[in-house]
This record gives sequence, structure tokens and C-alpha cells, in this order.
Amino acid sequence: MNPITGIDAYHAFGLKLAEAGLPLRSVDPSPLAPAKVLELAPTDWGKAAAVARAESWRWAGVWAEDCGPQLTVQACLEKQGCYVLLHTAVDSAHPVLPSHTHSYWAAERPERQLQDMFGLRFEDHPDPRRWARHQAWGDTEHPLRKDYPVAGTRSGPTPPDKDYAFLRAHGPSVYEIPVGPVHAGIIEPGHFRFLAVGETVLHLEERLGYVHKGIEKIAEGRDPQGLARLAGRVSGDSTVGHAWAACMAMERAARIEIPARAASLRAIFAERERVINHLWDLAARCNDVGFAFGYYQFGRLREQWLRENREWFGHRLLMDRIVPGGVATDLASEAAAKMGKTIVRLRRELDELLTILDANSSLEDRFLGAGVLSAELAAALGALGFVGRSSGQSFDVRRDAPYAPYDRLEVRVPVETQGDVSSRFWVRYKELRAALRLLESLLVNLPAGEIAATWGEPPADAQGFAAVEGWRGEILAFVRFATDNRIARYWPRDPSTVNWPALEKLVLGNIVPDFPVCNKSVNGSYSGHDL
Amino acid sequence: MDWILAILETLLFIGAAPLLAGWTKRVKCRLQNRKPPSLLQPYRDLLKLYRKQPILPHPASWIFRAAPYVVFAATVLTAAFVPLVAVNLPTAKIADVIVLVGFFALARTFLVLAGMDIGTAFGGMGSSREMTIASLAEPAMLMAVFTLAMSAHTTNLSQAMNYVLDTGLVLRPSFVFALGGLMLVAVAETGRIPVDNPATHLELTMIHEAMILEYSGRWLALIEWASQIKLMLYGVLIANIFFPWGIARDFSPESIGIGVGMIALKLALLAILLVLSETAFAKMRIFRVQEYLSFAYLLSVLGLLSHIILEAARVHH
Repeated sequence: MNPITGIDAYHAFGLKLAEAGLPLRSVDPSPLAPAKVLELAPTDWGKAAAVARAESWRWAGVWAEDCGPQLTVQACLEKQGCYVLLHTAVDSAHPVLPSHTHSYWAAERPERQLQDMFGLRFEDHPDPRRWARHQAWGDTEHPLRKDYPVAGTRSGPTPPDKDYAFLRAHGPSVYEIPVGPVHAGIIEPGHFRFLAVGETVLHLEERLGYVHKGIEKIAEGRDPQGLARLAGRVSGDSTVGHAWAACMAMERAARIEIPARAASLRAIFAERERVINHLWDLAARCNDVGFAFGYYQFGRLREQWLRENREWFGHRLLMDRIVPGGVATDLASEAAAKMGKTIVRLRRELDELLTILDANSSLEDRFLGAGVLSAELAAALGALGFVGRSSGQSFDVRRDAPYAPYDRLEVRVPVETQGDVSSRFWVRYKELRAALRLLESLLVNLPAGEIAATWGEPPADAQGFAAVEGWRGEILAFVRFATDNRIARYWPRDPSTVNWPALEKLVLGNIVPDFPVCNKSVNGSYSGHDL
Repeated sequence: MDWILAILETLLFIGAAPLLAGWTKRVKCRLQNRKPPSLLQPYRDLLKLYRKQPILPHPASWIFRAAPYVVFAATVLTAAFVPLVAVNLPTAKIADVIVLVGFFALARTFLVLAGMDIGTAFGGMGSSREMTIASLAEPAMLMAVFTLAMSAHTTNLSQAMNYVLDTGLVLRPSFVFALGGLMLVAVAETGRIPVDNPATHLELTMIHEAMILEYSGRWLALIEWASQIKLMLYGVLIANIFFPWGIARDFSPESIGIGVGMIALKLALLAILLVLSETAFAKMRIFRVQEYLSFAYLLSVLGLLSHIILEAARVHH
């Protein structure tokens, strides 16, 4: 059978799993609808991933939860807009699972993250090194276990993390370049270890986790409003995306329908966030290659939009504008009319600007052919957002697993196949244009009515799962409530978590001074990854 | 008297260099729709750095400490014998243009050694890139200089300027080529876009900045000041060799006054030209620099050839 829709793909997957002799239980009705839940025995965990890989499901993330005597583990797969969650449970005292890394490259770091956070061991994992843990807690401590105190167990400054075993190279002409986590400019902290021969990059190893904020831990015990605020701070530049995903997950758990106007306003916020971040990215790309003209022009346009956000919605980045049940700020009709005009103006300015950039061969020379991510690698990784779409991966939650209000809108998804810095530049630009179109149709069809539904306390143990398309790509959120309207578990997954490993590959064979432009053309969020 | 003038000219040279940097920055801001800082900002920055305590990295040897002084001294000495407002000053007789190239090389050698002295990856990377560029820029510069020397029959800058002034406004193909070559070299040697980006904060792309990344306080102030003087040196070389009109040939107050005004005007115009090119181009991929500098070398060689074929031949007939 050749699956046509996501649900067909899901049935085909079920059949294949059964053929492979894996006893599994489809949880029906799914507690995480519209996602499907398949329960598996821990011993079948690795085999299920192999079947999924063969059926070309995309691996999107894994999370665990400390449920007393048992650790539950869920992995998220996606194909043609259908989300399937593999669910299993292991003994808390000796938690061991087969690894998904052999089938999915993307699982490598998230599994190491679980190993650090829960003490969950993946027995055949190819890389046993720690990932999330630096020196803030010991190797026998696991912060996301319930018995670990929120305040931590150590006082005073965290000791430096000096003994992480980076891959070493031997030979007289290979040299190491350690970069970061403190940089010459004001950017987020991350460490990059290059092995280079002359100026050519032989190997790159990323070391992240410097902005670990304990988001998952401090989410526990919050009320829905508190969680929405926290979600808005997973990554400051994606505050709308994460707040929306968290609120959608909570609303699904509490079975709350948000008003149509609230959904449209959320989309307006999300598209504005996309426009602003893409403008800033286009600016930064010019700055990376020393083209100050483009940097300041795109920067100016972005600043105008940020100021409009402040004027119309009360916050430049739209933080805390999305609340459980709806939105916190309405859009006045005068503001809507003004927004229509600024969209037209932005489009005109972009036309002018892009004519200039397009004619600049010195810019083209830097972008073309730099940092190529092949379509095969992108597919194997499940690369998201503009990184995936520049390498032939067209997945977009708004189009492929639509949620209100995108289910009634036409979402155009630009795709390129070159996979280089230039592709990522132009895909961003096209997405920006598509976002402007979406904004216009959202403004024209803005429903009247309430902007928030009243919150109703969800039953104990209610859970929800949501996927929204942030400006970097698919943002996932899982939420489970305890009793009394309190959060028991929150798991956000920023698209950066998936895309970061792509950078290690796409920079190979490039020259060292081209790394900044390659890095920022992927523009992973450090904060969103480190949590 | 002549010597006092020469010393005053040198002081004017090194004193005005931050002003030229401020002007360049100002024009650049204007072209990028930004509010420019005050023209005096480079002076304030130097003063601020001078007052700060410099920090010495642990593995630093005497080279690291000596380099700022050597670089600054070499640059100031160069400034002393490049005619700024007047020709025929006694300092100009001391050294010729080949010494100038030598002084630049001396300053560079110490910066490169200092970059490697502290043993950081960035210092070594910057030094290696600097030497790559220098090994291509220096021959191109020398070729341009030789073209000039062949036309003017001298390597002395003051005499060369006198020669151009005496022969009047003549279109010499050799000079046009040499001017092109020297301008390209100037951009590379002063670390401007498209070769290097003096304003960047991206460590991995740096050349000059990578070498001096560990400098702070008054050492950094000296290096920054030396860079500003070097930028001005190239400006003055281009302005006074190829367009010497207005430079004082006697030491009367009027001539000196005109000389000061003319060089200020010429430098201001050259700075605008530099900023225009910096705004129009992105920085090159680093391995494009060799093509760029080969082109500079080619221009200089063409200058030399055109002198031999077109101009020297005419003398014989």
C-alpha cells in the first residue's frame, strides 16, 4: 500500500510493526489527540525505530517522565503530518533502553540529554559522553528526577567544565581551534571545537548547554498562566511560537476550544515574529560577510516592525501576549488598518533592497556554495524550518498538520534544493514574503468575538501534545497536569535541537573564516536547545 | 628651522591620524543611514584605552610587551619622512620609499610574532593570514614604487614629488597603473573591506584584529593609533605622489597653509572613496585575496612595462 495521507501512513506503520513481530498496543482514544500513541515493550524500543526508519518516518524528539517506580519514555515520529508517539516504561531503579541512534542520527543528543537528566541509560548508544551536564551537578545526580531539589545540590559558582573529551586529532598539520563560549561579540554562548588543516575545516564539534536554565524542572508545579510565561522564555526570539505550543498543549489537555478571533490573533503574532526574525537574519547574513549596507537596511526594517509591536500589542517581541485560552491583547481596527499599510510599505522596500542585493556579485560570491547541507543528510536528520526547506525538506506544520487558523488558509512553503548559505538566504526571503501574504489574509478575515476562553481546570493526569510552526520550524510541546491545575511535566522542543547537528556536517570542507556565515545561516537557538 | 618644521609636520601627521579615522567613520555612518559619532571619538577612545590597565596574558614573553612600542615607533618614523604638507624637508632626505616598505615590514613582523607569542589559536590564525597577505602585498607595493622610481629617477619621495610637480600635469600610463596597484595594496595593508573588516566581532573571520585580540589598555591604544597612522600614510602616499599639487615647496606661512588645506582636502576625498568601496562590496572569501593582490601586482607590473615601452622610449628619441 502506498500511503497517501498521514492516517494511511499510520496504519501502514502499524502493519509493518506487527509484521516485525513487535507486540504493541494502540492507545485508543489517544490521550494526546490528534497525535497517535503506540505502547511498546522496552525491549522493542530500538526495533520499532528501525521499522519507522524503513518506513521513512521522521524522528522528532524524545522525552521521559519520572512516575515513581517507573520512568515513562515517549518518542515522537512524524510522517505526512501524522504524529505518532511511541510510549514505553522502564524500571526507575535500573532504567535501560535500546537506543534509537542507530536508526536516527537525530536521536543521538536527545538520548544523551535523557541520560544526564534522568539517569536513563541507552545500552547501545554509540557515544556515552555526557551532553547536558556540565559541572552544575554530579554524574550520579539527575535533575529531572522528582527527588532532585529545584534549587540544586551545590552552592556557589559552578566550577569550569574542563575535562569534556573532545575528539582529538593527531598529526603535525592538524590544529585545534577552540571558539567560545565567550565570544568577541554579544551573542549566545556555545563552544565550537574545530580541527583544521590550514584554513580548511576537517571536523567540528559543538558543545552546548551553557545557558541551561532548568526550564523543564521549574515548570513543575506551575499554573497554566505561569507555564505560558515560562514557555515564552524558552528562547526569546521564538517567544510567540513556544507560548503558542505550550498553550495549545494545555488547552488540548483541558479540552478547551479557543475563540476563532484568538486563533487568528495568535497567527498574526506568529507571522509577525517570523517576519521580524527573518528580517534580522537577512541583516545578520549581510553582516557576517562584511556587507554593512544590507545589515543596516534590514535592521532598520526590523526595528520598525518591533516598534509597531510595542505600539499595538504592548511588547516589542510580543512576550506574554499568548495566554492559556486565547490572547491577552486585542487588535484595534485602526491598528489593523495601519498594519495593512506597513505590510505594503515593507514589500515595496524589500523589492528595492533585494534588487540591490541580487546585483551584488561580491555578496553572491560569499553565499553561493558555502556550507552545503545535502538533501540526503537533511532528510536523515529531519532538518526543520528554513534549514530543511533549503535542502529539499518541505515539511511545514501549518500546511501538513494544520491547526486553527491555518486550516482555512493557503500556506505557501518555499523549497530549494541547493542547500547552501545562498539557498537558506533566499528561502528565508520567500518565507518572509509568504508571511506577509498570510498576514494580509488574516487581517481581512479577522473574526469578531472574544479573545480568550475561560480556563477550566483539567482533570488530574490530563495531558496534551502540540506542534506549531515557529519561525525556525516545528516547535513541539508536551504537557501533563498533576492535580489542582498544576503542571507535572512540560517538555518543549525547539527546532534548533534538531538542526544543531546539521551545522557540524555542513561546515566540513569549508574554510574557517566562512564558519560564522554558515553558523548563522542555520541560526540555531542556544537557549532553546539548552532549556 | 627646517628641522623644527619637520618635527612639527611629523607631530601633525600622528596627531591628525585619529581625525582621519573619525572622518572615515563619519562618512561610513552617513552612507549607512546611521547617526555618526563625533569626529573626535577616536581621540576619546585612545584616551580611554590609555587610562586602562593593560592585562598581560600568562604565556606572554618580552615580544608581546615590546611589539606595541616597536609597531608604534616604526610607524611614527615612517610618518616622519613621508612629506605631508611640504617637500624638501630635511627628514625626507634621510630615507626613501624602500625604507618605508621596510619599516612597514618591521612593524608587521613584530605584530605577527606577538600574535603567535601568546599561543592562542586566534593569534596564530591572524598571524598566518597576515603573512599570507603580506607576502603578496609587499611585492605589489614594491613594483608600484619601482615604476615611480623609474619615471622620477629616484626612490626619494620628496624628489619624486618634485619631479611630478616640475613636469606638470602629464598623463603617464605607468602612473595610472601604479596608482591602481598602490590603491589595491593600500586597502589590503590597512585591513579594510573587502580584504579584512576592521569593525567585525566575528573572531574566526579576523586578520589584523585576531593578532591583537589579547592586547588591552595602553598597548592596544598604541596599536590602534599606529593603525590609524598607517591608514593616513597610505592616503598621503597616494595623494602626494600622484596628485602633489598644493604641497608646499618653500616654507613661507602661505605655502604651508595651502599645503595643510590641500592635504586635508585630498585625504577627505580619498576617505570618501574608500568608504564608498567598503559600502559597495562584501568582504572577500579569504582565498580570493590572492587573486585580488595578484591583480594589484599585475597592475604594477603593467605600470613598469608601460614606462619602459611608452615613456622611456620617448626619452631616447
